[in-house]
Parts: sequence; C-alpha cells; structure tokens
Amino acid sequence: MKIAPGKIYLLIAAIVSCAVSNWLPMDQYVREIVLTIGINIILAVSLNLVNGHTGQFSLGHAGFMAIGAYFSAAVTTFWAPQLLPSVDLSSGIAAPLVFLIALLSGALLAAVAGLMIGIPSLRLRGDYLAIATLGFGEIIRVIIQNTDAMGGSRGFSVTNGYTTIFWTFLFAAVTVYVVSNLVNSAYGRGFLAVRDDEVAAESIGVNTTKYKVIAFVLGAFFAGIAGGLYAHFKQYLHPDGFNFIKSIEVVVMVILGGMGSTFGVIAAAIFLSLLPEALRFVPQVYEHLSGNPLPHLIDDLLKNRMLIYSILLIILMLTRPQGIFGGLGGRPAFLFRKKSARADGISA
Amino acid sequence: MNQFLQQLINGLSLGSIYALIALGYTMVYGVLRFINFAHGDVFMLGAYVGLYSGRYLSGKMQTGPSVVLAISVLAISMIVCALVGIVIERLAYAPLRNRPRLTVLITAIGVSLFLEYGGQQFFGAGPDNFPQILPHYEVLHTGALSVTSNQLIVLSVTIVLLIALTFIVLKTKIGTAMRALSFNPTAASLMGINNSVVISFTFGLGSALAAAAGILWAVNYPSINPLMGLLPGIKAFVAAVLGGIGNIPGAALGGLILGVTETLVVGYSDRLHIPPSYRDAVAFVVLIVILLFKPSGLLGKSGSEKV
Amino acid sequence: MESLLELRDCTMRFGGLTALSNLSLQIGPRDLVGLIGPNGAGKTTVFNIITGIYEPTSGAIELGGQSLVGRKASAIAARGVARTFQNIRLFASLTVYDNVRAAFTMHLRHGIAHALWRGGSFRKEEDEIGEQVLDILRIFHLENLRDVECKSLSYGDQRRLEIVRALATKPKLLLLDEPAAGMNPREKEQLMELIQFVKEKFQIAVLLVEHDMKVVMGICMRVSVLDYGIKIAEGTPAEVQKNPKVIEAYLGEEAAEEEEGKTPNAQRPTPNPE
Repeated sequence: MKIAPGKIYLLIAAIVSCAVSNWLPMDQYVREIVLTIGINIILAVSLNLVNGHTGQFSLGHAGFMAIGAYFSAAVTTFWAPQLLPSVDLSSGIAAPLVFLIALLSGALLAAVAGLMIGIPSLRLRGDYLAIATLGFGEIIRVIIQNTDAMGGSRGFSVTNGYTTIFWTFLFAAVTVYVVSNLVNSAYGRGFLAVRDDEVAAESIGVNTTKYKVIAFVLGAFFAGIAGGLYAHFKQYLHPDGFNFIKSIEVVVMVILGGMGSTFGVIAAAIFLSLLPEALRFVPQVYEHLSGNPLPHLIDDLLKNRMLIYSILLIILMLTRPQGIFGGLGGRPAFLFRKKSARADGISA
Repeated sequence: MNQFLQQLINGLSLGSIYALIALGYTMVYGVLRFINFAHGDVFMLGAYVGLYSGRYLSGKMQTGPSVVLAISVLAISMIVCALVGIVIERLAYAPLRNRPRLTVLITAIGVSLFLEYGGQQFFGAGPDNFPQILPHYEVLHTGALSVTSNQLIVLSVTIVLLIALTFIVLKTKIGTAMRALSFNPTAASLMGINNSVVISFTFGLGSALAAAAGILWAVNYPSINPLMGLLPGIKAFVAAVLGGIGNIPGAALGGLILGVTETLVVGYSDRLHIPPSYRDAVAFVVLIVILLFKPSGLLGKSGSEKV
Repeated sequence: MESLLELRDCTMRFGGLTALSNLSLQIGPRDLVGLIGPNGAGKTTVFNIITGIYEPTSGAIELGGQSLVGRKASAIAARGVARTFQNIRLFASLTVYDNVRAAFTMHLRHGIAHALWRGGSFRKEEDEIGEQVLDILRIFHLENLRDVECKSLSYGDQRRLEIVRALATKPKLLLLDEPAAGMNPREKEQLMELIQFVKEKFQIAVLLVEHDMKVVMGICMRVSVLDYGIKIAEGTPAEVQKNPKVIEAYLGEEAAEEEEGKTPNAQRPTPNPE
C-alpha cells in the first residue's frame, strides 16, 4: 500500500492533532503512549528511507536522535534563557517559537552529522556499512557521555516540556509527507534503483552516492527532530538511552513493518509502541480468564522487551524477512537475492 | 620506560583475549561471508559456563584454585560453547544459507540480543563473581614493572590455542576443507566436501576459542554479567577487520594491536589529553579509519564484485 | 569517418592479470559494431572501462571528443552511453513501468524540492515522463505488462526490458552485452531484427558483444576480435571469418593450419564456438 499524501493531508493532520490535544481530555498515561507512538513513527519512517527505500543498512540512527535531543535541550535549557533573560519562555508566543528553533537547529546539526558520517561510510556495502554506522553511533554516545556540560553519565534535565501531541503529530505528518512524496516521484525511483542494483542504477545515470547521502542526511534530520521531541517530552536525557540498542529498536520497527513500505513501518511503530503496554495487561487477563496467576517466569519474560524483540527478529528473518507489509508494493528483493560471486577466501 | 613496558604487557594480555575472539569472527566470515554478530555473546557464555562449572568442580574437588581445576573448567567451557555455537548455526543460520547477507546479519543481531537478554533472564542481571580457579601470584616485580601469573597464563594459553588452530587449518583434512569452502563452496562440495559439516565445525571451533577468551577474561576481571560480551565482541570484530577479515594470522595480529593501542591510549591519557573514559572509542576510531582507508585490512586482499 | 567513441591504446590490469592490452577501437555515430572473442578475452572488460565501472590502467577513451576516463559511471551514462548486462540487471522490486521510469531521472528538470512541493510544473513533468515511458513501452510491445513486477517476466521479455530501459536514457551509444544468451533460434531472429530496428529508429550507434556468430555476422557492419585482451583482427564479418588468427583463437592451431592448407576459394566452416 503506497501513501502519496498531498499537502491536504498535512493540513488535516495538523488540525486533527491540534483539536485532539487541546479539547480531548486525556489521561496522562494515554498521552504518554500517544506521544511515544508519534516519536516512533518519525524514527521509523526516517530510518525506512535509508534502510528500506535506499537499501543502506544503517545501525546508527540513535546517534542522530541523540544529537537532536541534546542540542535542542541545550538551546531551550541554556542558551534561550541566557539570550532572553527577561522573556518568559514557558508560555505565550515565546514558548512555541523557542521550541521550534530548538527542534530545527537540533535536526540541522543532526543532518550535518549525517553528511559528515554518510559521505565516508556510504562507500561501504552491506555488513561493513552496518558496523561503520554502529561505530559512529557509539562514538557520538561516548562523546556525549564525556561532555560534562550536558550531564555526562549523570543525565541531563530539560526544563520545559514543550512537546505536545500537536507538535509530535505535525512533525510525524511532515516526515511521512516528505519521505513518501520524495520516493513516489520519478526522482524518487532513483532511491529504489540504488537499493535494487547499484551498478544498473549507475548505468542509467543515477548518481548512487548522491542518492545514498541524500537519504542518509534526510534520515538523520528527522531522527534529530524525533530526538528534540523526545527531550522535551521525557525531560530527562541519558546517553545510555541512545546506544545501539535504541538503534536496533528502530531497526526492528522497520523490519517488522517491511523495509520500503511507509505504511508498514508506521503500523509497526504503532504496534511496537503499544506492545510493552499490552504485555503489561497479560497477567491480569490471564488471571481473569484462568483463575490462576500467571507463572512468575512467564511474567518476567514478558517484561523483557529486548528478549521478545530478539525472538521476533529471528522468527521474522526465518519466515518472512520482507516484514508484514513488505510484500505489498515495496517488496525488497534485495533480501531474497542470492549472493554474488566472490573473489577472496580464508588465508592462513 | 618501565611504564611503557608495563602498558605493553597489559596491552598484549588484553589483546590476546581480543585475538581469540577475533579468530572466530574471521573464520566464520571467511567461510560464510557473514559477520556473526552473536559471537561476542558466546564469549559471555563461556565465562558463565566457567562460573558454574568452576563453582561445582571446586566444591567437588575441595582443593582450591589449581592448574587442574583451571584446565578442567577451560575444557568444559570450550566444549559446551562449541556445541552451543553449532546449535545456533543449525537453527538460525543454516536455513538462511542462500539468502543475502543482510537477512543473516539481522538474524545474527537477533541471536545476539537473545543470548544477552535471555542471559539476563536466566543468569540474572549480574554482576556475578567468577570463582578463583587459578592460583594467582606475581611472577615479576622490578620497581614499577609487575607481571602477574594471570597475564602469563593469558599469553601462553593464547599461544597454545593459536598453534593448535594453525595446525588444524593447515594440516588437517577438515582445515583444508574449511579453506576450500572459503574460496568456492560449489567447487568444494563437488570435490566431495560436506559443506554443512565443515561450516558447523568452523562455528564450533570459533565458539570454543571465544569460550576460552571468556574464561581468560573472567580470570583477570572476575566480575561478569550477561552484557559483558557487547564491547569486547565489537572490539574483537574491529580487530578482525584490522587484520584483514578472513585472514587468521591477521585476526591475531589485529587483536594484539588493538589491545596494545587501547591500553596505551588509556595509560598515557593525561599526556594525550584524552580522558580515559574514551577507552571504548579507540576501537571505533580504529574501525572507521580502517574501513575508510584500507577496508581489506593489514593482511587482507581486496575482493571485488564481478560485473 | 568521424568517430563517436574512440579508445586509444587502452590497457587494463587487475593486479598481475592484464585483461586488455593496448586496445584501440573506433565507433562512428551510426555504426553497428560487433566485439567477439573466446571466453575470457576481455570483452565485458571493454564495456566496463567505457562505462566507467573500471578505470583503464592507461589509455584514452573519448566520446565525441571528450574524455570519459576517471568519470563516474553515472556521469558517463549522462553523456549518452547506455548498456545492458551479461546477467540481466533489472530493478527486481520495480514494475516494468518503473524500471523504465527510473531511467528518466537523469533528464529531470526537477529535483527534490519540486518532488516535495508538487506544484503545477512538477506534475506536468511527471505526466510528460509518464507519456514517454508508455510510448517507449508501446514501441517494444511491453505496454500491457507495464504493472507487472519485472521478476515475473519471461526471460526474453526481461532482456527486451533491459534494452528498453537503456534506450530510455536517450543515449548516443548503446552497449549490448551478450543479448542473445539463453535464447532459442526464433528469439535470436527477433533479437537481430530488434537491434537493427533500434539502431534505425533511435539513430544511435551500437556496440555488440556476442558469442553467437549468426547474430554477429548477420547484423554487424564491422567486427573486432579480441583474444587474451589483444585485438587480433578487425574488419567486415566476411573478412574476419577467414582470418587465420581468428580461427586459431577459436579452434586452435591445428584448425588454423588446416585452413591455410586449403585453397583460398573453398568453402570454409565459420568459427562457431557454441
């Protein structure tokens, strides 16, 4: 299922989310889940552009999210109050303005990082690219961890919780709009061509390096946006929250949803955001239905989210590597293609 | 000078452990062209098998730390992990033999996470204390220089295992089969080699070495936990790439170089103005540099895609 | 003859292996040239250095007087060199329509910003491209398969699609790498007609690598023969067929000597290493 939303969808998304956030009374708990879903959608759709549509396996998405998170936090928590000491930054017109500037500047910095990391890394293929991006993501994390001003290992508190459902879903809509419309154009066919066969793509004039870098930079930009939204939602940042496990969480969303299917990864993002919450209810439901409490071991296992993800990944790859929605208009053949001839071997 | 020598010895000791893990990565990559992301976690498993067998055996033997105890624990751990490696290969990787590497890479990530978080579930989140299985004493102490028995053990066990591995790969039938497979699996199977058996053997061998590394690590740093394989695993992979992935002496060389480099950077951190907490970043920087300038590694040959 | 593509003294070395040695080649703007030679002679390597996949170790390659050496493959394609591949390289996850549409990216007037804004001129260009894609599909009778995933096409259709995609880039020179491979005689007949049709309709030059002698001798104006990376003969198909060096390369020394022993006007068997 392809989404090629027009500008009208953006408008609708903005209006609806505005209405929802302002007039619909919402339980704090529900609000948090909704915000998490929105942020995950941005992460998944932006990573999908790189991993899914362009076929470049990046394992460093969390690094860009971290840059967006920490930089936007620095803007709102340090620099804005310093530059505008007399202005009340928590209300009125100042609040959204500062927030927007913080978000966009964080995202821009993330995009610049994406450019610097992408240009050298995207020369590598397959597993090497994965490891290189993982390495860069970890380098970013280590640097942040060693930056005392941003709290280092102690963590960092963000003063203003600017993130609202409106902002989150507005940006989610923008992300979907940008990625979808980009890919579903004659220009955008270039991304898919790069994914399917780089040599053939070059032979029809597609500058593969340019496309890969563009995808990577755009992906980094929106990861930065997600990071900024996250920072002003949770209001507490720790470098460990942006390690490669976080990157893998986003990768799982993309794989589950189907690499290359925007609709699929959105669905997967929603599903995986709700999963931990749903699992929380399993013991109650079980007890209600069977009359006995859930065995402690199973209860424990269900709380181990990464364990569940790992089993999910393995089963997916063995049975349906194209993900749930990957087969419908966006089936990444590159997951099924046989290996090409190789020229080297073990030497001793 | 003494400080340099000390750092060098520490670095070689650390590097030997990286080398043992790196060998597993490089052999599996050579034979299957894929990065076994889960390899670092076999290292962790080795430490845990050592922990439980160490506790059990020292309870049974009642003699306290001894060479016999240590060798038994080592052997048990290596055998168990070899079997685990083979089982993982059969269940998770073998069915994907003809699929592109990306699919298997993702599966390997899944297996790695499974071992880590399953380990947390099964062993508890740790940290656990590894029992002392080996008598510990200082072998050499001259002024500022100190060499412990543990470090010597690490070096000597590594050398022994390296020699054994070289013998297996160069002189035995199955080792030759491994090398043949790494060049051309179709031709190898046409020559009567049972590819599946050789692949399983390769996994088993690599896993055994990782287990040994786990034991050696735990002997030196007795606090273990289910996530302990993450960083050493990635660093060992960097070492394998540094030496030239697919190249066995390269993996050993890469491991030693990386271990020494990391130790020197931390040891001279004040002189270099790099905080010691950047120690983990050393491996990643090395990785990036190698991938950008000489992806085939120090001893490797560059392969190319046939157009 | 003013040449479109010119190779001068091109040598290609891969480490210790010399794939091409001092190769010179000229192709005019309306030529249909064949490149033949035993397996491993270096024919695909010639394609690869022209299209920029490899950079020749030494030598010059010029298209319309401008050097191609050192340029990225996509830049060379943008200058008007299109190719097909020995092992068909279509975009497996795309439909027939999209495979061809992807070839129009290099002629786009619009870039990312337009794809995002989707204004009037963007939509107009998208429609124009859509028309052109359908037009070219119609010429080759593929328009009914436009929404089929190219993986599901028959082998012959896939080969045709690859040629169509190459032509969609509006090239001046088309390189065909063993297009007749795996075809039955009837399909080969159709292929020969197709190639000649393409040359006439699109007014381009064609360089053809082929093993099938009937195809080569049937449609090529000139033929160059490679053996171990060296050009051993060049001329019309008839001339090349009789050339003893060519016979030796394909059939061995004895056959060549046998040929020399016969009278010059006797019927000679055509070298057909199939």
